Amino acid sequence: MSKSPKDAVTALRRFGLGVRPDELSRIDSDPHGFVASQLDSRSSAIIGVALPAAHERLGEIYRAERASRITKSAVTDARAKSSGSTLLKPEAALPTPARLAREAFKAEVEARVVHAVTTDAPFIERLVLFWSNHFAVSASKGIVRGIVGGFEREAIRPNVLGRFSDLVRAAAQHPAMLMYLDNVHSVGPKSDFGRKSGRGLNENLAREILELHTLGVSGGYSQADVRALAVLLTGWTVGNAASTKWVPGKFRFEPNWHEPGGALLLGRSYMQSGRAAGEAALLDLARHPSTARNIAGKLVRHFVGDATTDGLVGKLERAFLDSDGDLATVMRALLEAREAWTAPQQKVVPPYDYMVSLVRGFAQVEPPIRLHQFAARLGHVTWSPTSPKGWPDGDQDWAGPAALRERLRIVEVFARKVAGTADPRSLADQLLGAQLTPATRTHIERAEAHIQGLVILAMSPEFLRR
Amino acid sequence: MPSQSRIPFVNQPTRRGFLGGGAASLAFWSCVPSRAVAAPRDPRFLVIILRGGLDGLSYIAPVGDPDYIGLRGALALPVEGSDAATSLDGLFALNRNAPFLAELYKRREAIAIQAVATPYRGRSHFDGQDVLESGLGQVARIEDGWLNRSLGVVPAVGLPRRSGLALAAVVPLVIRGKQPIYSWIPPAANLPLRESTIQRLVDLYAATDPQLAAAFAEGISSRAVGRSETSAAPMPGQAPTSPGQAAPFAGFVAAAETAGRFLASADGPRIGALSFDGWDMHAHAGVVDGQLGRRLGGLDLAIRALHTALGAAWSETVIALVTEFGRTVRPNGSAGTDHGIATCALLLGGRVNGGRVIADWPGLSESALYEGRDLRPTIDLRSVLKGVLKDHLGLSAGALRARSMAS
Repeated sequence: MSKSPKDAVTALRRFGLGVRPDELSRIDSDPHGFVASQLDSRSSAIIGVALPAAHERLGEIYRAERASRITKSAVTDARAKSSGSTLLKPEAALPTPARLAREAFKAEVEARVVHAVTTDAPFIERLVLFWSNHFAVSASKGIVRGIVGGFEREAIRPNVLGRFSDLVRAAAQHPAMLMYLDNVHSVGPKSDFGRKSGRGLNENLAREILELHTLGVSGGYSQADVRALAVLLTGWTVGNAASTKWVPGKFRFEPNWHEPGGALLLGRSYMQSGRAAGEAALLDLARHPSTARNIAGKLVRHFVGDATTDGLVGKLERAFLDSDGDLATVMRALLEAREAWTAPQQKVVPPYDYMVSLVRGFAQVEPPIRLHQFAARLGHVTWSPTSPKGWPDGDQDWAGPAALRERLRIVEVFARKVAGTADPRSLADQLLGAQLTPATRTHIERAEAHIQGLVILAMSPEFLRR
Repeated sequence: MPSQSRIPFVNQPTRRGFLGGGAASLAFWSCVPSRAVAAPRDPRFLVIILRGGLDGLSYIAPVGDPDYIGLRGALALPVEGSDAATSLDGLFALNRNAPFLAELYKRREAIAIQAVATPYRGRSHFDGQDVLESGLGQVARIEDGWLNRSLGVVPAVGLPRRSGLALAAVVPLVIRGKQPIYSWIPPAANLPLRESTIQRLVDLYAATDPQLAAAFAEGISSRAVGRSETSAAPMPGQAPTSPGQAAPFAGFVAAAETAGRFLASADGPRIGALSFDGWDMHAHAGVVDGQLGRRLGGLDLAIRALHTALGAAWSETVIALVTEFGRTVRPNGSAGTDHGIATCALLLGGRVNGGRVIADWPGLSESALYEGRDLRPTIDLRSVLKGVLKDHLGLSAGALRARSMAS
């Protein structure tokens, strides 16, 4: 492929998480190879092997829930017996379920931030962020807070360079997704439990799998298909603490909740028994041409911008279909397209990515949780999108007036800390390379102090967009 | 109490006007004859989007419909006892978690509209919100919303500034567009911004990046108002900073209060948009003391806070509460509801000739339900909103057709 002087900075910004001060010169001889070679190592997406698994965290939360119930009733009993005087108090040292979830969330955020600012495979981390947002779960829903980090480590990271069908299944079978989109409440009306209890379907997960995860909203499905998929997914639930027959906190299939008789989805009937019917349906959805189109378009808009051409989307779509959804192959198709490198920088960097790029660029040591907090102040709260659609991803979505102003305030905080050590003029060359425009260079040179020069660098259009 | 909708189909609008083209505006919402204000008018209009699909049947419940209790089951509002819904007329009653709304209704400063929907007939939140905010008849993926387009054609009299107001980091589509907006979020750090740095960035953007230039100028222009008139309040969805009765909904309440202060201030914006998220309740909705009941209570506190913050400006205000769609009439298998079609909307404020429920009530009988599961829409939400734009903000019929909500 032909090469331009801008490719090195594009490799590290558009296909990465920002430039580190010595990095442009290191990759300048082969920027394309620098990005593409990251696709060869599936293990570089894996982090936090020492952190507890989601099911371990859930198990602990279930135990705490149980303990707090027992303590509460003991206190009530004791009060009743001793006519008002309190014999037993809830143990202050016993962590509440909410506290466990909060602590788990914080530890997971820190591990993620540390990895983002230090990784040598930033393109792979971008893929993690993309897919984590595509299969969005949110910490705002009760104890899901405790396992959103585990969701990303267990369902997303191992699969970002694998088959899309594995990613779809891993996401749909993870406790965080089953709880977030209510499948744990969905019961086949004619199942054993459904007939006994009168409970029935909950179509939330099924609808979002069709609309968001696979086919896309105009992918050609009907309300009947939503219902059919909901039927096929009945019984997909999470083991609770009440039995020794399963591992608490892990995905499990409950046959007594599963609607018998299969279902007709997109004109195809799924009659397999047990969880196989749902898995077969997800496999077909993951391979569907509408899915290929939906995923290709979303990837191109994310990495290149809203004004993408059908030609580029078509290349990824074909790569998706020809490789049976092999995501490394799909990403290679993107990297091999010249227009993916040359399209103008239009995308305003979302706050989390921006904070990571500030730390990488300014070589500034910050407590990891501060990055999360700053991004949150700009409306981008880690693992907490306000809907299953995930965070907005349009070119200008993160350039809201107030958010832009507050970005300036945060940049001031950073600039004050590094002003003694960094020269804004040489840093601008090191971080923006051939993308640095004469106008930005002039404004940095004319700054009245180092701090101001650094602020202008970090707030320049080149640094705000990728 | 007014008696308009004691019987279904009283106050019946002509259906043809409200469906299909959506060209007509709903005129009878209006206050103008009885509450015309003699002094120069300075109208305020705030749109609150309840994202996630509000279950309108749990807010403004058709307790007098013979099929209501049977179909809704555990989600039916009680009409007797301590949790009894507040009767609005013979047919509809208001969730008990909305005492302030009940007060406004009694003072004739609230109108409820039932069985209302945008032209969207799918069940995707995101397409539903797209149609609600773009104001178009179908999903269009455009970059500006009807409120922003309306800003451009509001007659200047009485509107010192045409800027719109958005209280969000990501500006909602409904108020995004060509017209400038004030945008406010709490300060991210306890640092004053330096004028000289601001000036240099304004210069730089002007030279190289018109989009950033426009957004930055708007961000900077709303800084002073934000700092002088509001505390560092949490935004919707953020953890509350102070405990208290409103704790779980402190973000709602603070955002509403901030909006009220902006709209009330002498040189502030006059037209704004707010989002309250979290209405998508697929499991264990709990209409009285569960999650839906509590959230309606939080919304009521937010309305009260808006009322207080607006002060005297309340008399010049209309607030529209809208959502992308309603929910299934029957509970789903887990005591929640799935995505449906028609729902309710509310108009509040001193300019509203209220104390009425407006409905062309389709009923809840099996044959009346949309696709056998959802409340059938009989009023186009756009006609309601156009009525406000026309009667309250003075948009001409031509401007309405061409700019605000083309169909």
